[in-house]
Amino acid sequence: MKYLKWCGIVGLFLTLPFIMTEEQELNAFTGQVIQHGATGEDVIELQARLQYLGFYNGNIDGVFGWGTYWALRNFQYEFGLEIDGLAGATTKQKLVNASEYDRQFVKKQIESGNKFSHYGGVDNSKQSQPSENQSPPNEQNNQGTQQQNTPEAPEADLEPTAVNVPQGFSQNDINLMANAVYGESRGEPYEGQVAVAAVILNRVESPTFPNTVSGVIFEPRAFTAVSDGQIWLTPNDTAKRAVLDAINGWDPTGEASYYFNPDTATSGWIWTRPQIKQIGKHIFCK
Amino acid sequence: MFRWIVITLLSLTVVGVSVWGYQEHQEKNAILIQAENEYQRSFHDLTYYMDLLHDKIGSSLAMNSREQLSPQLAEIWRITSMAHSDVGQLPLTLLPFNKTEEFLSQIGDFSYRTAVRDLEKDPLSEEELATFETLYKMSGEIETELRKVQNMVLNDNLRWMDVQLALVNNDEQADNTIIDGFKTVEKTVEGYSESKINSSLMGTSSKKDGFSMLGNEKISKNEAKEKMRNLFNLDKNEEITVTTTGDGASIPMISASFHDEKRSGYADITQNGGYPVTLMINREVNEANISLYEAANKAKEYLAEKEEFGNLALIQSNQYANVGVFHFVPDQNNVWIYPDTIQVKVALDDGDILGFVAKDYLENHHDRTINEPKVSEEEARSKVNPNLNIQDYHLAVIEDDLGEEVLSFVFLGTMGNDTYKIFINAESGKEERVEKLKQAEIKY
Repeated sequence: MKYLKWCGIVGLFLTLPFIMTEEQELNAFTGQVIQHGATGEDVIELQARLQYLGFYNGNIDGVFGWGTYWALRNFQYEFGLEIDGLAGATTKQKLVNASEYDRQFVKKQIESGNKFSHYGGVDNSKQSQPSENQSPPNEQNNQGTQQQNTPEAPEADLEPTAVNVPQGFSQNDINLMANAVYGESRGEPYEGQVAVAAVILNRVESPTFPNTVSGVIFEPRAFTAVSDGQIWLTPNDTAKRAVLDAINGWDPTGEASYYFNPDTATSGWIWTRPQIKQIGKHIFCK
Repeated sequence: MFRWIVITLLSLTVVGVSVWGYQEHQEKNAILIQAENEYQRSFHDLTYYMDLLHDKIGSSLAMNSREQLSPQLAEIWRITSMAHSDVGQLPLTLLPFNKTEEFLSQIGDFSYRTAVRDLEKDPLSEEELATFETLYKMSGEIETELRKVQNMVLNDNLRWMDVQLALVNNDEQADNTIIDGFKTVEKTVEGYSESKINSSLMGTSSKKDGFSMLGNEKISKNEAKEKMRNLFNLDKNEEITVTTTGDGASIPMISASFHDEKRSGYADITQNGGYPVTLMINREVNEANISLYEAANKAKEYLAEKEEFGNLALIQSNQYANVGVFHFVPDQNNVWIYPDTIQVKVALDDGDILGFVAKDYLENHHDRTINEPKVSEEEARSKVNPNLNIQDYHLAVIEDDLGEEVLSFVFLGTMGNDTYKIFINAESGKEERVEKLKQAEIKY
């Protein structure tokens, strides 16, 4: 009996370090190679660790932008690694060994929307500043009850606080275009929606139209959805995806700057434009 | 008694309704007037700017001193852009008024190109002066016509809201003075055929190289179908719709689409040579399982299968929710060819290719002989703003402001938390362009 007890204690001591290292690994990166442009919790951890060592001075926002890229390259340079700007296995291991990542602190800051930093050797309380637009207490309550309801579920990943946007556009431009696309072509196939978004962008480029997205959309009598108010319907995700595709260079129209629905077109003039092709119900022309 | 109560109630209702109706009417009128005023402002501004433009062009023709000419040209450029934005605010979209708008942007281009040039070293040539004189005449005639319309508008109290209504109702008989006036303006501009304005000097037609790599061999519809099935990753049984493009297309293409329960797709290939131009697959993309890095490798593999692209460099990668979008450019002996961009979109749930664009590549690609840079890297580096911390550089072929291809050094540098791309011409050492690279935007 006594023998058994000793066995148990010894066994516990033997397994304890394993349990601890396992915990540590849980706190560290997933297996992926992190590259420029990526988003997610791995990027948050990468930024936090780089900031801990003083390489990264930007916001810890979960988007691998240029600031993170140079910080990572400088880290690779200082630690004698290959300078490729990719966070692969070796780089991540070096980073984990050299720095600490206080996940609970970061999580709390991100959830309450604070402005914060994660420098090594600085007291946590000095690194966070409550932001002006705190999320309303209601939402926090909801989160609380959600967590109570599912205590056994694995902890959710931290969400980035920023998003990638294509060069030259902001989320608002994308939303405005999504509104127009949804109002104009919500019954159309996906390619038809990308096509409408592409026409808006072609007009911005064209010398005969205004030079801004909003200018083109709100040009009097340019889009029926604008004149009859359908532009203010709430767009769905498909419309937003279509807009993003168009901004990233997809143009199924072949550089059209006009389109019309042959069943409802009221202007005879539009028929005189050289036609490129028909997608869904719309005919696209030069 | 009862009758009186009913009569009082009814008359009260009538009074109430009339008061309400009157208020609505007033509000509607207020809004109409505001919209009308907005149109009027744009229109009168436009005529004023055309007037100013004519005068400014005239005075710059008379100018001799170079120091004065450059600011004057910059001023012309500013006025054209104002006039252009006013045209955009008038309800003329369905009126054929684009010749006039094109004219405005032509003056804009011309004045910009000459304003930014060092006229001390490189004065206006005889041809440019001739072009400038033509522009002067054209602007004069447009101005006169617009002033005529303006006069009628003012004398007869014409309203733009009526133009709006006439266009909405498409009433051909309604003899609308404003519409007629604008048609006359348009005719005036049309009178100047393209040949009269030296188009090579206007920078309108020089930009496109025009799909020189496609060849003349047309593919048959069946071949096209086969290629499309390959692109969409479909087997023979699946139904696809195939159409060809009309007269307006810059190059003849064959388009195909398919729809099934899970996904739908759309693709274009060129009729000559059968090169894929665009591919789009639409489906729900689940939570990301693979990293952006793996996705980039998938994109590279995909492009490597298509031999025509040769050696490619990844210049941009971005994760948008659960998809990755990658921009590649050809890498010709370590010189990156920026005009020949190819985009690929990859789903991050299973690594499928969701889209692909090679339009720029097909349009611009040709055999390039790339000369050795005349400026050394050291010299080019010294042209960069010394406050910038240069982190990396490469050589690249880019398009300059005028759409000409130039070899240049591309320096990536940081200043504070911002990253910049600086393009230094590798032949002249001129700073071609500086771009601030966008950082991520805070989620709202």
